[in-house]
Amino acid sequence: MRTLSDPTRRAIYERIIAGGEATVRTLTDHAGVSQPAVSQHLKALLDANLVAGRKEGRNTFYRPDPRGLAPLAAWMEEHRRFWEASFDRLGDYLHELQQSEGGQ
Amino acid sequence: MTTTTATEYFTFSIQRTYDAPSARVFRALTNVDEKAKWFSGPPGQFTPLERTIDLRVGGKERLKGAWSDGSTTDFQAIYCDIVPDSRLVYTYDMYVNARRISVSLATVVLTPVGARTQLDFTEHVVYLDTYPTEEDRRRGSTGIEDRKLGSEMLFDLLGGYLQ
Repeated sequence: MRTLSDPTRRAIYERIIAGGEATVRTLTDHAGVSQPAVSQHLKALLDANLVAGRKEGRNTFYRPDPRGLAPLAAWMEEHRRFWEASFDRLGDYLHELQQSEGGQ
Repeated sequence: MTTTTATEYFTFSIQRTYDAPSARVFRALTNVDEKAKWFSGPPGQFTPLERTIDLRVGGKERLKGAWSDGSTTDFQAIYCDIVPDSRLVYTYDMYVNARRISVSLATVVLTPVGARTQLDFTEHVVYLDTYPTEEDRRRGSTGIEDRKLGSEMLFDLLGGYLQ
C-alpha cells in the first residue's frame, strides 16, 4: 500500500474509484498537478495493479483493478481469523470448565 | 529512508454463543490465569514473557511473548469501559519486534441467552505501514527493512490458533 501513501496519487486513485473510469485529462483537471505528473502516478498505480487501462481511439480509460488490493484484504482476513480462532479457543476452555465442574 | 506513511482502516465483528453463564465468560475474559488458557500462541512456538491484566478503567493488559524464530510480539491494551459480566471496551497497540504495526479499538458485549451467553466482538483497526505486500512476500520479507521477520511468522502470529 506504499503505492497509495502519496496523497496526490491516492487522490487520483480515489477519483478513479469514484468515477468508475477516467482519462488522464479528466484526472489532470482535478489533480492540481501537471499532466506528466498525473501520468507518472498512473504508471505507479498500473505497476501495483491498482488500476487497469483500456485504450479507445486516442484515449486510455483507467479503471480500478481489484488485484492491487488483494494483499491488504488478505492481511485483514488473517487478523479477523486470529480473533475468531481465539474466541473458539475461549469456547473450548469454557466447555472443558463446565465438564470438570460437572456443569456448574 | 523515506518518510511516507500508509494508513489503512478495517472494522470487523465476530459473534459466538457459549454454553456458560455471562459471569463465567466475563471471568475467562478478564482473569489473567483464565485468559492464559485461550489467549496465547501455538504450543511450542510461543513463550509468554509477560502477561498482566489490571482490570480497571485506565488499567492495562499486556501479553508479550517470544516466538521460536526469535521474534517478539507485544499486545498492549488499555481498558476504557468495564461493565462486569456484560461489556469491555479497550484500545490496544500491537507490536512486532518492538515496532507498532496497528492500533485498535475493541468492544466485547456479553448478552445472556437463557443459560448461555452470546459474545459480540467488534474491532476497529488502523494499520500503520507494516503489513506485507504481494511483492514483499515474493521477496520473503515483510516490507520493513529493520524488522528481521519472515512473512510466514507474521501469518503464524495472526493465524496461529487455527492449527
